[in-house]
Amino acid sequence: MTAGTVTAEQARARPALPAAKAVRRSFSSPIASLIVIVMAVLWTIPTFGLFVTSVRPAREVATTGWWTIFTNPHVTLSNYETVLFQSSFGSSAGLMPYLVNSLAITIPATIIPLTLAAMAAYALAWVRFKGSDTIFFIIFALQVVPLQLALIPLQQLFNEQLARVGIDLQGTYVPVWTAHTMFALPIAVFLLHNFIAQLPRDVMEAAMVDGANHFKTFRSIVLPLSTPALASFTIFQFLWVWNDLLVGLTFTGGTPDVAPLTVRLAQLGGSFGRSWELLTAGAFVSIVVPLAVFFSLQRYFVRGLLAGSVKG
Amino acid sequence: MTARTRRRALVLVAPAVATILVVSACAKNSGDNKAQPVPTLTGACAQFQPFAGHAGTTVKMFASIISPESDSLQKSWKEFEDCTGIKISYEGSNDFESQLGVRVNGGNAPDLAIIPQPGLLQKMVSTGKVAKPSQATVSNAERYWNATWKAYGTVNGTFYAAPMSANMKSLVWYSPKAFTTAGYKVPTSWTEMMALSDTIAGTGKKPWCGGIASGTATGWPATDWLEQVVLRTGGGDVYDKWISHDIKFNSPEILRAMQQVQSWMLNPRYVNGGFGDVRSIATTTFQDAGKPILTGQCWMLQQASFYGAQWPKGTKIAEDGDVFAFYLPQIDASIKTPVVGGGEFVTAFANRPEVQAVQTYLTTPEWHTSRIKAATGWVSANQAADKSAYTDPIDKLSARYLTDPDTTFRFDASDLMPPAVGAGQEWKSMTAWFAEGKTVEQIAKDIDGQWPA
Amino acid sequence: MSGTTAVLADSVWSDAALKFQNTLVVVAAFLGIVLLVFFAAGRATGRIARPLTIAVFLGPALVLLLFGLVIPALGTINLSFRNDDSTRYVGNRNYIWAFTSDPIRQVLTNTLLWIIIAPVVTTVLGLAMALLVDRMKRQSFYKSLIFMPMAVSFVGASFIWRFVYEARDPNQPQVGLLSQVVIALGWKHPPNWILEQPLNNFLLMVIMIWVQTGFAMVVLSAAIKAVPDEITEAARIDGAQGPRLLFYVTIPMIRNTLIVVLTTVMITTLKVFDIVRTMTGGNFGTQILANEMYSQKFVQFDAGRGSTLAVILFVAVLPLVIYNIIQLRKERATR
Repeated sequence: MTAGTVTAEQARARPALPAAKAVRRSFSSPIASLIVIVMAVLWTIPTFGLFVTSVRPAREVATTGWWTIFTNPHVTLSNYETVLFQSSFGSSAGLMPYLVNSLAITIPATIIPLTLAAMAAYALAWVRFKGSDTIFFIIFALQVVPLQLALIPLQQLFNEQLARVGIDLQGTYVPVWTAHTMFALPIAVFLLHNFIAQLPRDVMEAAMVDGANHFKTFRSIVLPLSTPALASFTIFQFLWVWNDLLVGLTFTGGTPDVAPLTVRLAQLGGSFGRSWELLTAGAFVSIVVPLAVFFSLQRYFVRGLLAGSVKG
Repeated sequence: MTARTRRRALVLVAPAVATILVVSACAKNSGDNKAQPVPTLTGACAQFQPFAGHAGTTVKMFASIISPESDSLQKSWKEFEDCTGIKISYEGSNDFESQLGVRVNGGNAPDLAIIPQPGLLQKMVSTGKVAKPSQATVSNAERYWNATWKAYGTVNGTFYAAPMSANMKSLVWYSPKAFTTAGYKVPTSWTEMMALSDTIAGTGKKPWCGGIASGTATGWPATDWLEQVVLRTGGGDVYDKWISHDIKFNSPEILRAMQQVQSWMLNPRYVNGGFGDVRSIATTTFQDAGKPILTGQCWMLQQASFYGAQWPKGTKIAEDGDVFAFYLPQIDASIKTPVVGGGEFVTAFANRPEVQAVQTYLTTPEWHTSRIKAATGWVSANQAADKSAYTDPIDKLSARYLTDPDTTFRFDASDLMPPAVGAGQEWKSMTAWFAEGKTVEQIAKDIDGQWPA
Repeated sequence: MSGTTAVLADSVWSDAALKFQNTLVVVAAFLGIVLLVFFAAGRATGRIARPLTIAVFLGPALVLLLFGLVIPALGTINLSFRNDDSTRYVGNRNYIWAFTSDPIRQVLTNTLLWIIIAPVVTTVLGLAMALLVDRMKRQSFYKSLIFMPMAVSFVGASFIWRFVYEARDPNQPQVGLLSQVVIALGWKHPPNWILEQPLNNFLLMVIMIWVQTGFAMVVLSAAIKAVPDEITEAARIDGAQGPRLLFYVTIPMIRNTLIVVLTTVMITTLKVFDIVRTMTGGNFGTQILANEMYSQKFVQFDAGRGSTLAVILFVAVLPLVIYNIIQLRKERATR
């Protein structure tokens, strides 16, 4: 990383703090803090209830509310044991293979659209050409296309058109990666464009004057400077793919070989009808990974996704 | 810095590209091992000789049956897989009905699908992707099932799919223990059943419980109630015309039947024991509906034979146990033992020999007996299946009604109607009937309005 | 039996290792290919250099968008003028059906309520939290709690909220939190929440708001922090305080971000069908367009009607999209 980029990054970050403080001060009151705490508690209670239910014995889950755990503390980890490891639980190894699949789907389905969208956003923002505005607006407008519409045409593409030219993708992750990439692009290009377009013009021009072509500028200046936006989008895309059910169900075909966790969870919801204690344990397992991702990338949120779209 | 990046890039690319090539080359390898001589299976495997010669192949199967029932299925063909070397790759989904359409239209059809609705089978046949079964499958279907069953697997005169499991829907679950204690007798006619309901209601208890919530299929148990009454009041003829829409929902026959359901499952004096008022039927899941029978908050639940799987572990299901079921009695004595049932049909979307072998195997009495032995809660209408293999009293009872030639057997009507009604408007309107208190005329008109032209 | 389990467990781990390895190889290969293309295209000079640059940067995204969204969208418009199994044209019959059939009219009304209320409430709450949280110690802790629902899938969220809205007979122990709370507060016979029209629509929107508020808060909080110091200082010197500072300085400054958040949440709201699908299946007067479209197309196999509803769905957001484009146009022009 060159010295120039570091300075640019610091330059962006520095004015933020005093300004925030100013707004802060003008709103300061204990009532405000109280509101935040109440809100945070309200927002957490439902998930907390899920967690509590997942550690209660089956019989109690069916007959009493989860809050009775405080007066009648019976706690068990057997629900988790059943869900994660027990071989009789539907598939031969519980949720483990699905957990692996979810990661194997989500990681490429986050990195690939992120890369392609950043490239497209850069071109639309800094390699201006005739029609670039129109292309940008069309990409933005494509956000409104519901992905349900693309399920059958895309399946035909993967299974018929590509098969005709000898490419067989069945039973691999390729269709599900591609589908997620396609569906993520409009919003990704839009959000990253907002950020990349606001990068300081002088830095970009300096690079060009130094003889860097667009490829080099993109790699050595745009990407490092866009870290906050890229990190934020990574989190959203990761959460979206991780939590997706429909695309996974359609393009992986629910077998333990490739199907993600959500597909499996949905199956459990059906087959057990009311085995709440197992469902909740399964649901909680599925929350843990995205939470870990969120906490590890969280510090980038301080500067955040759309900082670039704020206008002076 | 740039040069270093470039070198790193090349280092990364070379093995990656090579790996992709190797992976795709490997993927193409399987499936080329044909033309081997048919091996002779010996010992315990000898019974699978007709299906030999396809070792190393895989048959993809897709169905709505999910764990734990699917575990028993997989167990039932384990020996077949081990002996023949055909791997059955099974996938169950509770979104089966919508996913099957997406996959078949998307060119990603499974090799075999177990379709529970003849209406959906018709839709699939109309896509042109359904493969005709082998001669062996056709002759087994003729030999082992009665003509009604084979007809449900037939579309426009061509037989496509052989029945697999069957279920008996004309049952009422109750607690023999509680009946004995209270001195109630199992009713043998509709009038007796209503008299018993009044007696129980007179004690301040609710005689019936019910639940029609079932996720995206909410409403289906209510369509069953209507079907029971239509078959019991109108007979097979009215029932068949109702399915083909020659008799509309908004016709005297069906309206009368709906009013009879109204005086039964929508009767505030009768329902909904353990859950609340009539409307609570709409939000009670069908799985939960019968549970209050165990605690004495309700006395009877009309639900199919497969409801046996819903009782909590340790519940004794027997004629003298915690719960059992009686035959939902006749209304019109001139209609001989009306039975509403359901079932599944094994449909092929490929005609590779191993797919046909599996499809045929699933029609054999041997497989049906193997599945009966694998776990309870499963009934076959295959007449040659070993009836002595049933261990569960409800299975025995159901099998008796399902294979008895003297019953008026009809398939679940909503499963035979076009999906726009049978998997759409009828469910919705029935749910609104319970939840929103609409009149029967309004319900009937809504459903007729959505019948495809 | 236990022996089998042990063997399976081993294979699970080796299987997992293989899958991870393949995944990493693919990611590495993808990035490698991108760099290789950059390297190759970067060497081009002369007249092809610029078109080549544009093609390399934009090409992959455009090709994917073409196949993934543009062609399916055009196909859908075509199908909306065809009958249920797409075998013949029926003119505008499907559109007449959509605007005259009573159930669909209710669906349209509900959808309108959803796309107005859910995004507005989400954005207002998100803004309020962003402003309030900013001044607190351990703000990242509170932010994380409010953001947490974003990490929950809609399938998981529906499990969670069933524990809130579940209603039992009032004389029995309650399993649903909401019933329990109102009974404790003295309402002896709370209703069966999910059945109460039109209340149930709002209860379902609460789930959407619960999930999305964290997103709005995080994005708006970042925007507030990025407001240049001099501007707020200048306003304060002019005597702006509290709400005045908020409405005359902060909000105008982050207006673009507010619009982006509102738009994003609105488009998400319009497309989300999982909440309604899993909570009520569209019954009890809670059906919305996205779920009705899904069931028409995939459950009832009426491609014509399903596609028509999808087209109505695009058209419904079109004004919003056009408004955004006008805003973006101004922004791009002034840059």
